[in-house]
Amino acid sequence: MVEQVAQMVVHGEAWTIKDLFVLPNEYVYWSIQIVLYPYMTGLVAGAFVLSSLYHVFGVEKLKEIARFALVFSFALLPVAMMPLLLHLQQPFRGIHVMMTPHFTSAISAFGIVFLTYACIVASEIWFVYRKFIVESIDRLENKQRRGIESLLLLVYKVISLGARDISPEALESDHKAVKFLAGLGIPVACFLHGYAGFIFGSVKANALWMTPLMPVIFICSAVVSGIALCILCYAIFMWLRRWALKRGKTFFLPEQVAGTMEITDSQLRDMQDYETKMTSKYLLIFMTLAITLELLDIIFRGYTAVKSWDILREVIYEHDFVKIFVLQYGIGNALPFLMLLLPGLTTRRACVASVLVLFGVLMMRWNVVIGGQAFSLSFAGFMHYHLPIIPHDIETFKEGMGGALLVAATPFVIFYFLNMIFPAFYAEDEAH
Amino acid sequence: MKRREFLKKTAVFISGASVSLSALELVDPKEVLAKNPDLRWGFLVNTYKCVGCGMCVKACKIENEIPWDANVTRTWVERYVITKEGKVLADSPKGARDGFTSKLIDRAAEGKELVPDKEIAQAFFVPKLCNHCTLPACVQVCPVGATYSTKDGVVLVDRKWCIGCGYCIMGCPYGVRFFHPVVHTADKCTFCYHRISKGGNTACAQACPFGARRIGNLRDPNDPVAKAVLTERVGILRDEYGTKPNVYYIGLNKEVH
Repeated sequence: MVEQVAQMVVHGEAWTIKDLFVLPNEYVYWSIQIVLYPYMTGLVAGAFVLSSLYHVFGVEKLKEIARFALVFSFALLPVAMMPLLLHLQQPFRGIHVMMTPHFTSAISAFGIVFLTYACIVASEIWFVYRKFIVESIDRLENKQRRGIESLLLLVYKVISLGARDISPEALESDHKAVKFLAGLGIPVACFLHGYAGFIFGSVKANALWMTPLMPVIFICSAVVSGIALCILCYAIFMWLRRWALKRGKTFFLPEQVAGTMEITDSQLRDMQDYETKMTSKYLLIFMTLAITLELLDIIFRGYTAVKSWDILREVIYEHDFVKIFVLQYGIGNALPFLMLLLPGLTTRRACVASVLVLFGVLMMRWNVVIGGQAFSLSFAGFMHYHLPIIPHDIETFKEGMGGALLVAATPFVIFYFLNMIFPAFYAEDEAH
Repeated sequence: MKRREFLKKTAVFISGASVSLSALELVDPKEVLAKNPDLRWGFLVNTYKCVGCGMCVKACKIENEIPWDANVTRTWVERYVITKEGKVLADSPKGARDGFTSKLIDRAAEGKELVPDKEIAQAFFVPKLCNHCTLPACVQVCPVGATYSTKDGVVLVDRKWCIGCGYCIMGCPYGVRFFHPVVHTADKCTFCYHRISKGGNTACAQACPFGARRIGNLRDPNDPVAKAVLTERVGILRDEYGTKPNVYYIGLNKEVH
């Protein structure tokens, strides 16, 4: 009996409240996971673009954070796929997108674009860390290995792919490869994310989504969120490392385990301050671009005022006013913008601003994805979304607070282990 | 012949050959037939005849095994009440499965609303179902090709291949799609393909006591539906989306879309 009743609940019914005239089959079908999907791909793309600023354009100031951004981008990558799988009604058939892609659909390109991008990032990391890998193998082979070190040696031996040549010529060609891959990665990263925008922008049935600006808006906000996350995490990890250094807790300092680098607390602090401040400047540039485009979109809709504007205006200025103008533009854009502009920027202030920026971009994704489903196709009714917090079945877990937290936490777990193999804070004189 | 010369000549030959070959087109007889088949299913709704009894919705739910109490349906009936002041009120409680037996208009979260008879300028019912578009947005956006158009113009979903991403539900301008609560794949009206392809009628059209619904072959000039579409003043829903729907309505109001 319970089983039967449970079956009668239609997907989306648990978190949708209908108001006025909504068609019988309409629900908020795309919920929190689809909010997180562009958010996570945005973070991936943004972090990569940040790392490329140094690798391709030679922005020396970003040298330290670039390496971190690259490794972090790789840790975020598998997580970009997670929300999609958690959202699918038939998650085990997700592979069909790769097996029988239907190329008139924007989603069908996902597998190809995603894999291409993953290959580029993986090979770039390989070239950046090749010298480190070979050195680590040599060093670990020549010493008495303890516990984890044997495993580490095996891992390094496998990922070195047998390429042990670290002569100056070989390193020079590594450097060229990194530059090429980072350069190639920028358009691919933009494509990966711009196409997430295209998935929404091309839905002609949705009055809020359908705009050719959508991919560009998505790319700009992606870079903004990616840079903000890198600033924040870089600063936090540096704090952690300083804390660990004082107490000799080497599990947070993999390059100390590797024994290739001697660092002091003051060095770390200088590095942390310098990198966060420099990166904040780039954050400001991209924020200006993103906000301009988003405002242009709203102004244009209001000015042209086509048939759907009546209902959109009600959604934007009444139902979602707080979410759009207070949370997204106010707290998420204007406030951090001012915080970053004011003179005497400290790492702490940059971090608080970055948290607000991240929140602002999340709200932007929310307002696009959920806001786009806040009104009925009848243009005479509304749907309100209520995020399930306490799950009472698998669906309300997957597409509720639980699933969202799972997605948000995973990149850090992956990064912890990835950092063991590719120390993201490892500094060397070689220009990579 | 030197290597350089050989390569040059090969390039010239290939480019020359490809230009002339591109003029040739391989013709597949099936393709030609598909472009101009002698069968194209279409649907005619006469809104003047609909009384909102909901028999069509009941029949559809039973015939197509859409769980009775699930709040989704492959077809539904909308009630429109237009007041003398020009206010438009519309509802479709449970897709009108139980018929419109009360004058109270369902305003969802706002509760029920009663419009006194003397304030009503006009009121009518509009049955809705999948439009089986000639250029269906749902087929275009399906990432795995699980939803497709048949040669005779019916849009279907392959329940064994659908991944349940919901993109087609988002892509449909008519809101006819939903997730089947038992199968967990996208679902929608099939024009009762299992019946019409064997010479039968759709469940909804058969159940309609007033003949408000009718399925027919738009390519057959003697078919009553095709005749009505040709000779009467019919309308279609939401033509601005360019999907070319194949459900035609007699007596369509501007308030309906």
